[in-house]
Amino acid sequence: MDDLRKRAKELIDTSAVKVVIGYEQGTGNKTRALFVENSEVADKLIFDSRCVQNLAAYVTKQEVKSKGKMAITATLPVMRAIIQLASEFQVNDDNLIVIGITPESKIIDFKNLEEVETYVHQFQIEIDARNREILDKLDKMTPSERWKFWIDELSPCFKCYACRAACPMCYCSRCTVDFNRPQWIPVSSNELGNLEWHFMRAMHLTGRCVDCDACANACPLAIPINLLTKKMIEDAKSDFGGYQPSLKGENLLSTFKPDDKENFIQ
Amino acid sequence: MNIERRLVRKDSLEKLFDILRQNKKTVFAPVMKNGKASFKPVGSFSSIAEDYIQTTQSSKEVIFPRVEKFLDYEKNGKEVSIKGFDYQSVTETVLWGVRPCDTIGFGTLNSIFNWDFKDEIFNARLSKTIILSFSCNKSDDYCFCTSVGGNPGSTAGSDILFTKLGADGDYLAEVVTEKGQAIVALASELFEKTESVEKEKFLANVPVKFNQEEIRKKLEKFFKSSQWVEQSLKCLGCGACAFVCPTCACFDIQDDAHGKIGSRMRCWDSCGYSQFTVHTSGHNPRSVQSQRWRQRIMHKFSYMPERLSVYGCTGCGRCSRACPADMNILEHLISIQEVKI
Amino acid sequence: MAEFEPKIVAFVCNWCTYAGADLTGTSRIKYASNVRIVRFPCTGRIDYMLLLKAFDEGADGIIVSGCHPNDCHYTSGNFHARRRWMAFRSLCDFIGIDTRRIKFSWVSAAEGAKWADIVNTTVASVRELGPYDEYKKVAKKPVKEESHG
Repeated sequence: MDDLRKRAKELIDTSAVKVVIGYEQGTGNKTRALFVENSEVADKLIFDSRCVQNLAAYVTKQEVKSKGKMAITATLPVMRAIIQLASEFQVNDDNLIVIGITPESKIIDFKNLEEVETYVHQFQIEIDARNREILDKLDKMTPSERWKFWIDELSPCFKCYACRAACPMCYCSRCTVDFNRPQWIPVSSNELGNLEWHFMRAMHLTGRCVDCDACANACPLAIPINLLTKKMIEDAKSDFGGYQPSLKGENLLSTFKPDDKENFIQ
Repeated sequence: MNIERRLVRKDSLEKLFDILRQNKKTVFAPVMKNGKASFKPVGSFSSIAEDYIQTTQSSKEVIFPRVEKFLDYEKNGKEVSIKGFDYQSVTETVLWGVRPCDTIGFGTLNSIFNWDFKDEIFNARLSKTIILSFSCNKSDDYCFCTSVGGNPGSTAGSDILFTKLGADGDYLAEVVTEKGQAIVALASELFEKTESVEKEKFLANVPVKFNQEEIRKKLEKFFKSSQWVEQSLKCLGCGACAFVCPTCACFDIQDDAHGKIGSRMRCWDSCGYSQFTVHTSGHNPRSVQSQRWRQRIMHKFSYMPERLSVYGCTGCGRCSRACPADMNILEHLISIQEVKI
Repeated sequence: MAEFEPKIVAFVCNWCTYAGADLTGTSRIKYASNVRIVRFPCTGRIDYMLLLKAFDEGADGIIVSGCHPNDCHYTSGNFHARRRWMAFRSLCDFIGIDTRRIKFSWVSAAEGAKWADIVNTTVASVRELGPYDEYKKVAKKPVKEESHG
């Protein structure tokens, strides 16, 4: 923790960056984002296992970006998100410094995003055991049972779009769901509107999702929407050999291989 | 009318529930799903959740649904036939297990929906709803009803308020309105006469954290404060706070069109969304999140008291609990109170 | 009650399958009339949301078809489409949308007979499955029978 605070102070004091994004103690047992713009505030920085909000969601936010060069406290999922954002031209070495942090609160110094990428590529995106089990259970159901499962799970959704807001990959200034000409998705948070919204969200994250669970953690109604993106990660593995965010920018669904194998086209 | 006090034995609650069901009333009560309590139509007493401080969503949805269809239409050449709102579809509904910070919210919503235009659909739903609330015997750090004029045992807005007298005790029933009396009449044997009971010692202790009148006065000169930017920097711009709020009433009129047929409805909307104020021209008078956050606070603590003579916050703390970025309204209100101008 | 006639919407590319369907007609090959063809410049342009819209509007089955791999008029539109179909199909399956009602095929401009066969087998299998009530119940669209001349 002291290392983190020291590094943040250094970056601010040497004017290397204008703002350091990290975590602070929040209210109740929550942690939350902290924006360090002067070195006294750096003493509020903390890091522990509760710090799971994906801070990369802030680096594309106008209000934060406009402050100038940023530094971000980045766990592995945050680093992955940063690389994905870089591949989509949302951040670069000129506007962002990454302060890597391990689960043991050790600081990793990165000179540039390339080093971050190298670090990230040491680890595959793996579905955790608890969700693995739920996915297996769903796989064994009939499509009709799965349909009922999802209609029921999604029924509380009132479309507050906290999932979208918390997701670092959802940075579009105008989302498909906000369009009314054409109206792609019914605005109502009824069965159809909810189904299509979550379907669309999962499709847009296919090949881009970094499996940080920010969407599910943000959902005030605790809907397990991350299962949708996890399933897409799984299927990407079997269909396309998996993916890793990469500075080369070859997103799964914006590229192809002439010999992609499927078994359903006649 | 004067509040009548009755005693309801702890075993009698289930009987009361069954009598309500036998009288063909839809009963909405808190149900637990994925660890979150929310109001759902309930068929059996045993499915009602008990152990929760506050439901995640307020009960406003029963009277102000997240999607309310106004009309269906059909175009035939130049003719348009319209089938309007079916008031017959609004049936007698009982809201069971509401907290006092929700019941007060119905008064606030009532002021909003009857400000200049009288919203008949809202009024129809409200008049058909019987509110059976339960006092709070526990609270958490997010609760602040006592700072905004409420308290854990407030009868305001309730038809009958039940207070549990001790961990395993019976219930004090305070019958507040004629609607409440009508419920008592349905099951008079369950509502026993009682001597005066001290309910205060059974209520949760919610300390007063700020003075809302002071906040209102301060906000008059606070519009240009840099606080808004500081407070809202971590806000992600979702609508969770507005949608769980018992008094947020903003909505958007939407058409669901399928060629010649379609319907028109109102859907919940939130001032936290970047699109909320976008003009057709593309101009957005509230272009950054700090302006939207300011609007949220100003509306609840300045504009509403000024125009409707009610505050737009009941201190339920739901927005703070639901916020994915830990924007805590109580913390922000206290810091506004502490700022010297 | 009359026998159930499935409504099928076909999303096809302009250069191969649409031309193929045209050839079916000029070759005087008869095939089921349950299909409504929607022509796109390329399979790469067929947004998956459009496929869901077809179900919203009451389709019982969907056909998506374009040029064979390596034959795309725009070189790679169908390769992109194929990846998207793979993702789309597995998400449909996971969410419980009946993938037996969505047929994907490659039909070239020379394959008039294949087009007739694709349509006929799709209509037959969807007829067997019956109306897509599961989806229609959720879409809750006020159902109106249009008359087609």
